[in-house]
Amino acid sequence: MVKLQVNGKDRSWDGDPDLPLLWYLRDEAGLTGTKFGCGQALCGACTVHVDGTAVRSCITAMSAVDGSKVVTIEGLHPTGDHPVQKAWRELNVPQCGFCQAGQIMQAAALLAGQGNPSDDDIRSGMSGNICRCGCYQRIAAAVRVAATGT
Amino acid sequence: MNAIIPARRAPARIENVSRRFILKGAAATGALVLGTSIGLPKGALAAYNTGAGGMPHGVVTDPKVFVSIAPSGEVTIIAHRSEMGTGVRTSLPMIVADEMEADWSRVRIAQAPGDEVKYGNQDTDGSRSTRHYLIPMRQVGAAARAMLVAAAAKRWNVPADQVSASNHECVHAASGRRLGYGDLAQDAAAQPVPAMDTLRLKDPKDFRYMGKGKISITDLRPITVGTAVYGADVRLPDMKYAVIARPPVTGGKLVSFDPKDALAVPGVEKVMEVQGWPWPSKFQPLGGVAVVARNTGAAIKGRDALKIVWDDGANAKYDSDSYRAELEASTRGSGKVVRNDGDAEAALKSADKVIVGEYYLPHFAHVSMEPPVATARFADGKLEVWAPVQSPGGTRDDLAKTFNIPVENVTVNVTLLGGGFGRKSKCDFAIEAALLSKALNAPVRVQWTREDDIHHDFLHTVSSERIEAGLDKNGKVVAWRHRSAAPTIFSTFEAGAKNAAGFELGMNFVDMPFDIPNVRCENPDAAAHTRIGWFRSVSNIPHGFAQQSMVGEIAAALGRDPKDVLLELIGPARIVPYSPSVEKPWNYGEPVDSYPIDAGRLRHVVEVLADKGEWNRKLPKGHGLGIAVTRSFVSYVGMLVEVAVDDQGKWTVPRVDACIDCGTYVNPERISSQLEGAVIMGLSLAKYGEITFKNGRVQQNNYDNYQVLRIDESPPVTNVHVIPASADTPPSGVGEPGVPPVAPALCNAIFAATGKRIRRLPLGQTLAT
Ligand code: FES
Ligand code: FES
Repeated sequence: MVKLQVNGKDRSWDGDPDLPLLWYLRDEAGLTGTKFGCGQALCGACTVHVDGTAVRSCITAMSAVDGSKVVTIEGLHPTGDHPVQKAWRELNVPQCGFCQAGQIMQAAALLAGQGNPSDDDIRSGMSGNICRCGCYQRIAAAVRVAATGT
Repeated sequence: MNAIIPARRAPARIENVSRRFILKGAAATGALVLGTSIGLPKGALAAYNTGAGGMPHGVVTDPKVFVSIAPSGEVTIIAHRSEMGTGVRTSLPMIVADEMEADWSRVRIAQAPGDEVKYGNQDTDGSRSTRHYLIPMRQVGAAARAMLVAAAAKRWNVPADQVSASNHECVHAASGRRLGYGDLAQDAAAQPVPAMDTLRLKDPKDFRYMGKGKISITDLRPITVGTAVYGADVRLPDMKYAVIARPPVTGGKLVSFDPKDALAVPGVEKVMEVQGWPWPSKFQPLGGVAVVARNTGAAIKGRDALKIVWDDGANAKYDSDSYRAELEASTRGSGKVVRNDGDAEAALKSADKVIVGEYYLPHFAHVSMEPPVATARFADGKLEVWAPVQSPGGTRDDLAKTFNIPVENVTVNVTLLGGGFGRKSKCDFAIEAALLSKALNAPVRVQWTREDDIHHDFLHTVSSERIEAGLDKNGKVVAWRHRSAAPTIFSTFEAGAKNAAGFELGMNFVDMPFDIPNVRCENPDAAAHTRIGWFRSVSNIPHGFAQQSMVGEIAAALGRDPKDVLLELIGPARIVPYSPSVEKPWNYGEPVDSYPIDAGRLRHVVEVLADKGEWNRKLPKGHGLGIAVTRSFVSYVGMLVEVAVDDQGKWTVPRVDACIDCGTYVNPERISSQLEGAVIMGLSLAKYGEITFKNGRVQQNNYDNYQVLRIDESPPVTNVHVIPASADTPPSGVGEPGVPPVAPALCNAIFAATGKRIRRLPLGQTLAT
């Protein structure tokens, strides 16, 4: 039996311990904000925080998060107003929006670890997250806004 | 966003959508319908026609279909087109709100299900939404406003022309009386819908929202907090989760399968065959073996454990290397003549100099961030589907036909699309979910993995383009022969189709706008061996690449400034007539009186780019600038790319300037975002875009070997210049036309930086030495 906390709520899973966290969150726990884009840690759409670190939930087995605290886009901020979320709205970042939960989770983790990243830090820190719509210029600008207010 | 053929119809019928058919559709609901040749009310409206009426089910402008007002004053406006990132779900309702003087903060948007009799055409493709619906949505808003005004006038017992509507209320200026839209809702709904020719549209100077770029997309907050609903986010009670193993070769079939190991995977509940249709079958599923489970992860693990024997069928030998050689050989010989002005053969023979360019572009996969996915519930002879489809009406028709049930028994709910790019104009994934739901008598979601998406896409064609340009002794281009060989999208509809369809020819091939006296276009045969489909901007990509690269090659041969040569080839500002030698010229479905090929606008884009993009700027060593411009989807788009190439041949793009003239527009902020995205997509395909086949199988699997641009390799600066236009300049496409000029501008820039001419995509990260 895997025990974990998701967005502050205690949960348990007694199914296949190899099940990727992504599918537990989406199909078993009903938290559909976390997206499936590749299943191979190539795109970042499934990014969540496990004990404060950004991880790709598509390749993270349930057995690996036993005893962990998981935060998804739904739990990033109680009212959805994390500085990264606010910056994303201020700059109208999304096109289709499908990659954006993963982008926001990645950016939030990046800023938690590094308060004022350089442009190169942002480009390398966000390089695991694909946006097929091509919102990159705005993503970079929004991370900067979230970090510095400008 | 790309389907040019209305998605649901077989080719023969496509050219035959008659106005009578459209009117009949309208009569069924009493809705007001406008078609191109019916024309627009005189005097009341901007005077241009569009091809909207020629689309299946045409246009509906009944305000009662699109607008409802609650007693609280909340206005609900229907979005009837699919949202895949262009912003259309916001832009079209915003037009209605502006025209009816609704306060945007009190507007709610509701997504229409697939129902074209009620809403008019819903095919969200071909970059058509704004161009076909700007005026109809204004009419809807103006009619709603007129009904509110009439209701207020009646209440106050004053003539309607003394009442005005402003910001969610009606006002009688003389007496100072006011009534909110909520108070008037019921009375307004009882008013007759005014005749279209009595409507007064707002003066554009009074627009609150249109053209301003101040309104964010309606889904912005839900997207950032994770509550926006995409195809895979609909959850039904007792729903099953399925993935399908499909024949690895197009046209292959299932021979046998062993489900034992799959059934042993925890969470797997059932393994079963799924019906497939023989290729080509338009958008019908490929068939295969489904693994049904309690969650998607279990279904995927179960599928990995399946043992399947396939019969590969007729395309088992499809091999990209030999096919490329075949295509290139065919463009070195002659082909079906599709345009013939003057005598290009003779002019080439007598030319002082002939420049030959052979260009090759491979298949591309769409890889929208959201892979295909659909949820279906088939119960009591009724089918309900939730899916990210670009063509909700076509999906409904295809489902009804597949199951032989009346369309009234099929409901297609449209979720947000996590990208579309033309892939989601084909509804095979929705049919799969419905087949499984019917068989299992339970709601089912079918999820495609990224590997499924790449292996079983309706791919962008592969093409060989060969252009010969003949120059006289003054350096003037006097002859142009362009041969294009590429499997046609028609091959997905019609077995054995080998020549380009009219709409493919009309994408920067036979409509080539240059001022050259002798022009010949030929289209050698090309057989398809996989499913070919629309990909954002379609044949404009290979045709535009060849055409705009050749301009660079001519400039190089003459030792002249490429921008000057480009302008010279475009020639003086004028309307370029379609060559009379072209049989059934195609103009993106639009009438040429409203949407001619306008050399002046093409020139203007080049001039604006050269100016704002600082064509004459000084560059560091190893940098170069390249320019390209194309007219596509009746818009004019140019790109000016700066490239930097280091000693090792590794290239990067420090800056791009993009310029679009799309006529009058609704939301310039979203136009910018579409162009920013087109730059990334264009650079992606130039750098990495290549799907190859070996033994009939796609060799790429996921984003590791079918790469797309990432943020650390994207241009740090993209400047978008949107050319302003008056309200009576017909609106034109935005979603697609940004893509075609990117790759040729890049390759022209690489030439400027290095002297190396790229004629084959993709480039990879490093230029070959
Ligand atoms: S879905 Fe996990 S990285 Fe792509
Ligand atoms: S916004 Fe569409 S994939 Fe990023």
